[in-house]
Amino acid sequence: MNTQSSLNFRNNAAAAIKDAALCKSMRQATDTFGTKRAVAMETVDFAALREKASSIRMEVLDNLPAYIERFTTQATKAGANVHRAADATAANLIIADILRHHNVKRVAKGKSMVSEETHLNAHLAKEGFEVVETDLGEYIIQLEGETPSHIIVPAIHKNRGQIGRLFADRLGVDYSEDPQVLTKIARKVLREKFLSADAGISGANFAIAESGSLVLFTNEGNGRMVTSVPPLHIAILSIEKMLPSLTDLPTFMRLLPRSATGQMLTSYVSILTGNRKGIDATGAKELHIVLLDNGRSEILKGDCREMLKCIRCGACMNVCPVYRSVGGHAYGWTYPGPMGIVLTTLLTGMAQSHPLVDASTLCGACNDVCPVKVPLQEMILKLRSRRVAEGFSPATVSLGMRLFGAVVQSLWLFSTGEKLASRFWPVLRRVGGEKVVGRLPQPAKVPFSRRLP
Amino acid sequence: MHVQLFGTCLMDTFFPEVGEAVIRIFNKFGVEWTYPKGQTCCGQPAYNAGYISEAKRAAEHFLSRFSGSDLIITPSGSCAVMVKHHYPELFYDTPVKRQAAEQVAGRVYELSQFLVNVLKVHETSLTGSGTLTYHSSCHLTRTLGATREPLALIAALRGATFVPMADATRCCGFGGVFMAKLPEISMAIADDKAASIIATGAETVTGCDCGCLLNIADALKKRGSSVKVKHIAELVAEGL
Repeated sequence: MNTQSSLNFRNNAAAAIKDAALCKSMRQATDTFGTKRAVAMETVDFAALREKASSIRMEVLDNLPAYIERFTTQATKAGANVHRAADATAANLIIADILRHHNVKRVAKGKSMVSEETHLNAHLAKEGFEVVETDLGEYIIQLEGETPSHIIVPAIHKNRGQIGRLFADRLGVDYSEDPQVLTKIARKVLREKFLSADAGISGANFAIAESGSLVLFTNEGNGRMVTSVPPLHIAILSIEKMLPSLTDLPTFMRLLPRSATGQMLTSYVSILTGNRKGIDATGAKELHIVLLDNGRSEILKGDCREMLKCIRCGACMNVCPVYRSVGGHAYGWTYPGPMGIVLTTLLTGMAQSHPLVDASTLCGACNDVCPVKVPLQEMILKLRSRRVAEGFSPATVSLGMRLFGAVVQSLWLFSTGEKLASRFWPVLRRVGGEKVVGRLPQPAKVPFSRRLP
Repeated sequence: MHVQLFGTCLMDTFFPEVGEAVIRIFNKFGVEWTYPKGQTCCGQPAYNAGYISEAKRAAEHFLSRFSGSDLIITPSGSCAVMVKHHYPELFYDTPVKRQAAEQVAGRVYELSQFLVNVLKVHETSLTGSGTLTYHSSCHLTRTLGATREPLALIAALRGATFVPMADATRCCGFGGVFMAKLPEISMAIADDKAASIIATGAETVTGCDCGCLLNIADALKKRGSSVKVKHIAELVAEGL
């Protein structure tokens, strides 16, 4: 398990930076995604598409309770059982209850960040269920005992050599670092799990209110297996994943894969409406849908509600200079990168996460690529001022800022500061440390303002 | 034409030669200028750290110094954004101050945008030499949209060869308070930038923001590189 805390972000990050293999994997992977994204976006009018996607998502948020109601009615009509979970604990209990009721022993699981948020796997393991992650990346990190370090590419921090050694250690296979060989090994192991699983658990990318359908974008085919091979399927998703109708889907079919992996379209787009009915139909015999709130209704009331427009593509982390330098685990909770800074702070509270709000240079690259125009930079700034207001900014910083406030209003203080800095620079360097003051050049003996006639 | 020069605290303290270069350019093109006395810092460090009341104090001070109707020219994309975009936001709930902030915001020009869009400096022949690469600072590029102007100035330097760096618009890791709060990450990002610069084989790297340039200079030094770091104002002034 990843036991790092958001409160320890700086140390987590400093340790990650010293991990040469991690740094190399992060840079290679994020660069590849960034390049592929740019190429894929050339085939669409990104500005127009994101405008449309943003307004669809915003309208959903403005009327979220009604859409949840409509979705629940329609999904129930189609044969699904819809559950509402107020928080992570409630979601885990609901899911464990359903599994127990069906005498489930083995669960095949598709990728779901919401289930990471609730720590579902740990809960189910404690309750005696065998849970197998079937997305290749998720499977890798499950074997390693880690959490995802990227919301789309869970094992982005690992290279093929590390994965080869992991497979050799845990699965007793010959070492190989050939991705094809490794994928075949995983496929063989997982195929057996799919066929013997008593239940499948998946997430969902969208929920269609009008038809009560779930929509899944996947690449490996495991999503279809877990949602249709076992007799029982449980989908867990957060309440804000609603889209009004299937006619809204094409916009997101164009945007989500392009933003996430630079694909024109994912290998599979599954639309699941209700349970299996009749011999020719597809899907699981019994379908349960767990809608998780976990603080989102509160976010919806606040001034960062636009964060809930997010469609979890990961584009913001792929372009983030901080994320690509430190990887996802440093952030200490489920969601990393720019969207993770905002969502983690909103969902877990400032007391649990305040150092994260520093984890941005405010370069704005995330704003540029967001397919639903979430104003991430503006929100990070908002959260920084909220941290100050709530008293979570370090006392030394507050003192420094009070001094700053005085200095900027007084030319005398400002010039005296400059003179002192220039005069006592060696002392300042020692006090201020090599990592901070040591990186600044020596102040000029005569500043510009005093060179003027 | 008469303008006010907003030097910025970093230029005043660390890079007075950049200010002197700006003045040489102004003088050459017949731009009359004043350097409003008492100017200090635009307040961006406080704003970016979430200290809104301290940022407001800096903004109020700035507004009191830069009165009148002259264009305000600054050799920093980032400080231009602070005044142009964030001052009006800071005073959103105080109409009188907001109006003053909007008036000042409307007068602010980042240097390269002023040189190209107003003075048309790029249409004159400037002399340059050696090979140059260019770092496209974040706020300059993304908020001000100055993607074309710095490159137009570089192109006007006859005799110099421009070699673009990979990922020129990727952040250098400075980020103002960011470099002090998370120095390990800041240095890691800066090292990537230094690697991109060195890979071009250029003798000089240029840009439009003193903050980025000092950070880049340090990262280059840490790699033992001899690439020179110059503000775009210095290159233009040298080429007059």
